[in-house]
Amino acid sequence: MNAIDINQDDELRDLYRELILDHARNPRHFHKIDGATHTAAGINPLCGDKLRVYAKVDGDVITEASFEGSGCAISVASASLMTDLVTGLSVQTALDCFAEVTERLTSPGQHVGHDIGVNLDKIRALDGVRDYPSRVKCATLAWHALNSAVKGQSQPVSTE
Amino acid sequence: MSQPQETRFSSVADCRRDFPALHQQVHGHPLAFLDSAASAQQPESVIQAVSHYQQHDHANVHRGVYTLSHRATEAYEGARDKIRSFINASSRKEVILTSGTTESINLVAQSYCRPRLQAGDEILITHMEHHANLVPWQLVCEQTGAKLVAAPINKAGELEIDAFDKLVSDRTRLIAVAHVSNALGTVNPVKDIICRAKARDIPVLLDGAQGVPHMSVDVQALDCDFYAFSAHKMFGPTGTGVLFGKEALLEDMPPYQGGGDMILEVSFDGTTFNELPYKFEAGTPNISGVIGLGAAIDYLLSVGMENVAQHETQLLEYMMQQLSNIDGMRLIGTAATKASVQSFLVDDIHPHDLGTILDHQGVAIRTGHHCAMPVMDYFGVPGTARASVALYNNRDDIDQLVNAIRKAQQIFS
Repeated sequence: MNAIDINQDDELRDLYRELILDHARNPRHFHKIDGATHTAAGINPLCGDKLRVYAKVDGDVITEASFEGSGCAISVASASLMTDLVTGLSVQTALDCFAEVTERLTSPGQHVGHDIGVNLDKIRALDGVRDYPSRVKCATLAWHALNSAVKGQSQPVSTE
Repeated sequence: MSQPQETRFSSVADCRRDFPALHQQVHGHPLAFLDSAASAQQPESVIQAVSHYQQHDHANVHRGVYTLSHRATEAYEGARDKIRSFINASSRKEVILTSGTTESINLVAQSYCRPRLQAGDEILITHMEHHANLVPWQLVCEQTGAKLVAAPINKAGELEIDAFDKLVSDRTRLIAVAHVSNALGTVNPVKDIICRAKARDIPVLLDGAQGVPHMSVDVQALDCDFYAFSAHKMFGPTGTGVLFGKEALLEDMPPYQGGGDMILEVSFDGTTFNELPYKFEAGTPNISGVIGLGAAIDYLLSVGMENVAQHETQLLEYMMQQLSNIDGMRLIGTAATKASVQSFLVDDIHPHDLGTILDHQGVAIRTGHHCAMPVMDYFGVPGTARASVALYNNRDDIDQLVNAIRKAQQIFS
């Protein structure tokens, strides 16, 4: 085997962190919700990722969130982390998270975060994708689908 | 103007030095470019031909009476003659210059099929087609009430020829088949298909995007009615392609697009169309792209298509062997006769993750559905990783690929 450069190994490990691999292998909330009040599909035609996000909203609180579908490690881990995070949040706070996460992953250089009153530390595991422009779409796919679902849009969203 | 290359290769392996883009490091590793099926790199001679034209000879073609326009026209039409000879068309009238395979096929769908098709007529394709040889037919079927029929493939990725035969009906108005499958590498038995079609007087279009770069193509020996291909898969520029069509068919077809260059006389009472091939070339064409294609043909001829085919066949065999040695490897596309391409999946690593990890080790492959979603559906996968070899690849590229895959397995273990 070729010796792999240590720095490169680090870079790859920065993208494929243990937390990401764990959520990709064992996605949380990976099922359909019967009686979901909101749902939307997300499609990434570039790599064929197809997710469907479900949410049950009671009043203005997301009492349950889930997803199903298939995708790469980054998109599945992101969906898993997202559904974990937004369960129990108000719809508005979840939308704030969507704005914060997508801005952070798509803005070049150091992103100045806004305090939205939610601990986004776990989501930071995805920060590695900022160096991979073609993979940012994978990381934001579930979030776009959630945004579309809670806003009641019926067209599948695409990250293309 | 392009300078034809002298024959100077002791072996195809020497070709690599002619491709400037291959001589670079990516993420600290030598580039192993294994995605020529998507778009091939260009040799110095093509880059120089395009640059020479742009620096010295640029003007619009078929119009000016001045020196530069003459030079541009000569280079552009000279390239058409090279293309004619390269595919052995019987006349330059049969060589229509387009923006690529996709436009070539759309031209046939709209100009040949649309006026002829009636509700209930059929167009027969296969299950392994690229979207470019599927969607244009779907569109013309929607426009006319005709039906698109797809012949099945087997688990090796080969066309089921008996089933194909049974699907040829009295209503079949055109058969459109890939010469070589872009997702699976299968070389289809096109001569056989054409023979059977001729017996029933059905015209055949071949999607040659993946054929022309890898083997010598003789449209008269094949006796196909249309043959479509792209410059950028055969070491020429993007945005340029060819539609070969038999003269008698092309003569009968109405223009595909209206505009300048495709007319003889225009008045408000009507327009007289230009003769072949100009009838199908409305507007200012991709002059530099066509000149680059001419230079790419010179280059391929200097290497020799037989040498190209032999080199690639050996390399593909080596790649398939080496990939098979990896635990957890699933090869997709194992037809008896193949060219250039190997699709695969490793363990349960998503092709996109594999692509990113390979890129980090200097290995460029294609990942995804390869614009052939029905093929992915058939194999029950969302996509595959695909490595494709061209005349400039060597065993080191394959070894680098294999090592990089093992690295990905470590990360995902």
